[in-house]
Amino acid sequence: MQAVNYARATDVDDAVRLLIEGGENARVLAGGTDLIVQARERKRNVDLLVDVKHVEEFMVLEFDTNTGLKVGAATPLYQVYGDNNVKINYPAIVDASTVIGGKAIQGRASLGGNLGNSSPAGDSLPAMIVLGGVATLAGPNGRREVPVGEFFTGPGRNILETGELIVYISFPPVGAGEGAAWERFIPRNEMDIAVASAGAWVKIEGGSVTDARIALGAVAATPLVANDAAEALIGRPLTDESISAAGDAASEIASPITDMRGSIKQRKHLAKVLTERTIRMAADRIR
Amino acid sequence: MIPEPKVVNTIINGDSKQILVSERDSLLEALRDRIGMTGAKEGCNNGNCGACAVIMDGRLVNSCCVMAAEVEGAEIMTVEGLASRDELHPLQTEFLDNAALQCGICTPGFLMSSYALLQENPDPTEEEARFWLAGNLCRCTGYDKIIDSVLTVAKG
Repeated sequence: MQAVNYARATDVDDAVRLLIEGGENARVLAGGTDLIVQARERKRNVDLLVDVKHVEEFMVLEFDTNTGLKVGAATPLYQVYGDNNVKINYPAIVDASTVIGGKAIQGRASLGGNLGNSSPAGDSLPAMIVLGGVATLAGPNGRREVPVGEFFTGPGRNILETGELIVYISFPPVGAGEGAAWERFIPRNEMDIAVASAGAWVKIEGGSVTDARIALGAVAATPLVANDAAEALIGRPLTDESISAAGDAASEIASPITDMRGSIKQRKHLAKVLTERTIRMAADRIR
Repeated sequence: MIPEPKVVNTIINGDSKQILVSERDSLLEALRDRIGMTGAKEGCNNGNCGACAVIMDGRLVNSCCVMAAEVEGAEIMTVEGLASRDELHPLQTEFLDNAALQCGICTPGFLMSSYALLQENPDPTEEEARFWLAGNLCRCTGYDKIIDSVLTVAKG
């Protein structure tokens, strides 16, 4: 392990102060399942770990039918997917968070960590995007809110500025006619990184899709918001044709690479298949 | 920059411990190299193999992915705490009786993961047990004997 110091933040302002004092190589320590490994393998230069897990606001898990869901940036995944309100109202979060690593990872890893790590393959990211997730950030200039879909700038890179960190992620309440789902393709069922993934959210009123969101993972330098795919669904009943058109649109905007996990051709194909599948799953989940 | 040595206060297998660590130490390094508790094993050292699994404040974690400084005030259970004074834990007995190990490097991690599984779900299906233990790799025995052992213990 590279030489690294550890500091335990006492509140949100203290975390910001520690990050500013620590400079560009200070990093927020949530579950550490990415960060500690990256520091050990020298994939990131880290000289200060700011542990935020002893500050309540980073560890919240609150649900209210009127205001929605609030998940602390460091709230461990097992708490998130184990929560009945999350299971009932936000099953797309459960889809993703139950397959991030194994149980020992899920005891520590968090949605905020997945967001901050900003891997294009981060499993929870398309799910958070389609659910309308908004990250509340704290920094030296106060707080701001950023939709999850606008957070990423490249592989492992995001809009966080020096001294800024994620405090919690909010999801709007679930309305009538709404459903969402997330799925990924990997060669085994667990403990692997997605070859490709997709999330879908649809709202159906009076037999017609009135709103939709589609997002893709592991098929570009960042998670993608697939607006064209959503547009293909909106304003008409959900049919095999409209679902297929959405799949084609998703495949069209995918700009994957070929690597050890999959080829460009396979990933573009998967973008279509997973988009279509998750749209159907999302529609089936409407209550 | 050389990190200052740091004293970490923790409870390990029910006993209060003060460990003198470097701030760069992982929990796994603190256990093995600072206080000689070599039950938890270093396999991949990156969170994939589960050989270093321990229970921290009631949750299964990979100790290679926890900083030693993080366990200040926390309670840790390692494989050394599984057996009582003169009797092996039923999981340990069943692993032995069922030959669910060969080289033994993965075994402490499997035991801790299995223990955590049965704490949370005392009567898992085979699929649940396989899914729960997916974060532990064995390169000798294969998994069937391990799964059989866990399910046998669960059935009592």
